[in-house]
Amino acid sequence: MSAVDPTAFEPPAPLEDAGAAADRRSARREKLRLFVRNPSAIIGGAILIFWIICAIFGDVIAPYSPFATDFDGHVPPGGTNILGTDQLGRDVLSRVIIGSRDVLIAAPICAIIGVGLGTLLGMLMGYYRGWLDDTLGRVIEAFLALPVPLVALLALAALGSSTTTVVLTVGIFFTPIVARTVRAAVLAERENDYVQAAKLRGENGLYIMFREILPNITGPIVVEFTVRIGYAVFTIAFLSFLGVGIQPPTPDWGLMVSEEYALIIGGYWWVTVFPALAIASLVIAVNLVADAMQEVNER
Amino acid sequence: MSATEARTAALKVEDLEVAYDVRGVLRPVLRGVSFEIRPGEAYGLVGESGCGKSTTAYAAVRYLPGNGHITAGRALIGGDDVTAMGAEDLRALRASRISMVYQDPGQSLNPTIKVGKQVAEAFAVLGASKEEARERAIEALRRVRIADAERVMERYPYQLSGGMQQRAVIAMALACDPQLLILDEPTTGLDATVEAEVLDLVANLRDETGAAILLIAHNLGVVRRTCDRVGIMYAGRIVEEGIAGEVFDDPQHPYTVGLLRCLPRRGAAKSERRLDTIPGSLPLIGTPLPACVFEDRCALASAECRTALPTASHPRPDRTVFCHHVDRVAELVAAPVTAAAGEVAPGEVVLQLEDVSKTFRQGGHEVRALVGVDLELRAGETLGLVGESGSGKTTLAKAILGIHAADQGGVIRLDGETLAGLTTQRSADARRAIQIIFQNPDSALNRSKTVRSILSRALSKLAGLSGQAADDRLEKIREEVVLSPRHLDLKPRQLSGGLKQRVAIGNAFAGDPRIVVCDEPTSALDVSVQAAILNLLADLQRDEQASYIVISHDLGVVRYLSDRIAVLYLGRLMEVGDAATVFAGPHHPYTEALLSAVPSVDGDPPARIRLEGEVPSAIDVPSGCVFHTRCPRAIQGTCEASEPPLVEVEAGHMMRCHIPIDELRRLQATDAG
Ligand SMILES: Nc1ncnc2c1ncn2[C@@H]1O[C@H](COP(=O)(O)OP(=O)(O)OP(=O)(O)O)[C@@H](O)[C@H]1O
Ligand code: SF4
Ligand code: SF4
Ligand SMILES: [Mg+2]
Repeated sequence: MSAVDPTAFEPPAPLEDAGAAADRRSARREKLRLFVRNPSAIIGGAILIFWIICAIFGDVIAPYSPFATDFDGHVPPGGTNILGTDQLGRDVLSRVIIGSRDVLIAAPICAIIGVGLGTLLGMLMGYYRGWLDDTLGRVIEAFLALPVPLVALLALAALGSSTTTVVLTVGIFFTPIVARTVRAAVLAERENDYVQAAKLRGENGLYIMFREILPNITGPIVVEFTVRIGYAVFTIAFLSFLGVGIQPPTPDWGLMVSEEYALIIGGYWWVTVFPALAIASLVIAVNLVADAMQEVNER
Repeated sequence: MSATEARTAALKVEDLEVAYDVRGVLRPVLRGVSFEIRPGEAYGLVGESGCGKSTTAYAAVRYLPGNGHITAGRALIGGDDVTAMGAEDLRALRASRISMVYQDPGQSLNPTIKVGKQVAEAFAVLGASKEEARERAIEALRRVRIADAERVMERYPYQLSGGMQQRAVIAMALACDPQLLILDEPTTGLDATVEAEVLDLVANLRDETGAAILLIAHNLGVVRRTCDRVGIMYAGRIVEEGIAGEVFDDPQHPYTVGLLRCLPRRGAAKSERRLDTIPGSLPLIGTPLPACVFEDRCALASAECRTALPTASHPRPDRTVFCHHVDRVAELVAAPVTAAAGEVAPGEVVLQLEDVSKTFRQGGHEVRALVGVDLELRAGETLGLVGESGSGKTTLAKAILGIHAADQGGVIRLDGETLAGLTTQRSADARRAIQIIFQNPDSALNRSKTVRSILSRALSKLAGLSGQAADDRLEKIREEVVLSPRHLDLKPRQLSGGLKQRVAIGNAFAGDPRIVVCDEPTSALDVSVQAAILNLLADLQRDEQASYIVISHDLGVVRYLSDRIAVLYLGRLMEVGDAATVFAGPHHPYTEALLSAVPSVDGDPPARIRLEGEVPSAIDVPSGCVFHTRCPRAIQGTCEASEPPLVEVEAGHMMRCHIPIDELRRLQATDAG
């Protein structure tokens, strides 16, 4: 090896770039491929898509109007009313199909509020630490120690029940939980030297938090978002069930369960069981998708 | 190979080929590896990252990851073919005859279980009763030179230092009295002096137990000190094999020759010569390779190298080289001796530290990480900072950068102007004047950004440039750090380690800094890449007239880049002087111990000083000379009573020791002779 120009050394053969770039592309494709092949993702995704179609095209799909009291009360499942009718003679199937609409709009909004506020708080706590983190941390701990249903009930009783207040309340209840996750992610991420480098070139805190750190912690935030949707479905239904959520006569699953669950003993199980199953299926579907995401993320 | 020979070898690997299944495609990683370790012998496997060292070790005990497959060849342990073994025999073999120690002791120890319980467990699985296991665990900890074994048993892993943890892991590995101990980078995360201790331990244990050792390490000094024989690996093949010291002093394969010339050795300094590099880069996994795997980077390559597998030749006794042109290695000429940087004419003082201290508060205690440091840095000069971990190197660098503020009372001046403690309180000019190149580019570069956006942001914030001016300057920086235009649109993880470090260097130089702190700038890089980066740093310094503060545990690197050296111990300067003087001696007793503890490719000095024990805690500093608890030359009655001042013992050479310099000179000359 004769005198070697050091400049000849490292800009590598095009091969390396091509290889690396291809690797990266395929790494992304690989993630997608893994996700699409993940059994949880397939099952969860299928159920989720089913309900989304119901929410969008419900009017077309539903055999009858969800409000029409055209039938006899308490027709058992089978026959013209596949899932039977309720006390007022409304078609249960149509109500379950249309009932997906509110929850599929409300649940993501709750999650957006919770994840948005939670991310903001979590970033501030994780980045600035110190007294801010201590103070907010205490508040969050105290908040999480509260009996949530009770406080939500009180809050909604005070604010008055409407879809907006429900969504806001649930979103705010999610905030501390999300903040905790994001804070942990930021704490780990800020140990990276690029954060130090940014400070040394005079960047301010906002820039470092949102332009440097945030793009690197989207993984856990997206997972958190999905998980929150699942919880939101359940919580909204639960609040409706308690009567402080979405108000009748909107065909809401939680509401449907609450209206006639006492009649199960009388043998009219279908009016309660089908919407309950709908809630369960949506919660499970969202969680399956979240699990799959997390699994792929962590590989 | 006779049957008896096969039976006696502790490990015999024959034409081993291993491939990893990557998305359904089998990618060959080992391309026919053969070597043999005799009982009681220590064998080193050396090579750059990704050449297949770990794969070899794992394949030899059938511990490959799920997607790894042995596609040809065999591995015999004590004569038994591991590749043909059933699951039951394999388990028995692993339990009783071999042990492995991995790089990160944290990985082998469960953080939630007390150390004693974990060590005892290693004996319990061998069938010892609970009482017996405990006794033997204490004994095992003593055997790995843990003095206070009973108390250590009661601690959790995190309560032990890295060196202690690694000893505990070795104690567990020795539980079954293995015939073969495999150590994969056992000392990589450890401090140089702790590393030396662990290596001594391994050497002693080998004498005591007669176990054969397979040591994987990228630090050639470590291998030279510990191993009898060494195999040099490149792209899944062993290209040269022989007695460790002989191979490092007189390499015969073109790759080994190139690799060793990349190292700053034997006191090389940037003012004397550039470092050699090996042109081209390591082959990527899965690329088809010519018959000789080194062909595309070899200056001697000829047509037959592409097509015919090189066969073993023996240019020296006890040496095996796989190369068609062994007889021509002498033709491989080193780069002509061109200085990478001229002698610096001492410029103006750029940075001045007066009585700089840094005290941390930790659980009600004061941790004095830095105590009364006085230093000067001149324009264009490089100051090397050396000392064990915990000596305050990084604390000092951070105080200079303003990452944390030094204590009240001390002064840091830039061009005569006092600097505010924190970077956020400093002027934009002061900020751009002092920048840093971090150790690990993976951490220093934001992985979500492209090279272009990383560099552009640095230009706009540090140089205040935008638009065309910024583009022009970006282009200039790109050329300076020798990146090609297409690299600009890639993200860090699409680049190799060396390229990433170039981006990090470009980032630091964006605002024409006066002072650049280089914190272990090459320790995350392979040897051949390190050489290119060191050359680049020397070039940039010459062209930009920047001053460097270099921190590295690799004394070869420090020696190569530095004009002056400052030695720190427990936050105090122990010695400051010209690099040549500090390395030549007479040394401060601590410097002397440090130089002698660190394993070198060039071999050890005839009389090696062992620096025993760990650096005392900065909460509870020893009285008098803080080094007296470990100092081999301590004077009873004097050293523990009063702390010596830092005084100029000869022109430009400061030392903090009670022993006069002439006495030190005499003592050190006698010991060396
Ligand atoms: N499980 C795996 N799947 C696919 N490829 C792998 C796997 N493990 C290792 N490799 C690849 O095989 C090659 C050899 O890896 P190996 O870990 O044996 O190298 P090494 O010499 O020990 O390197 P280092 O010095 O970095 O530890 C590398 O290119 C590596 O990327
Ligand atoms: S066989 Fe040929 S290409 Fe390979 S190292 Fe020898 S001379 Fe170089
Ligand atoms: S003062 Fe004493 S203890 Fe300190 S370095 Fe000198 S000889 Fe050793
Ligand atoms: Mg390895």
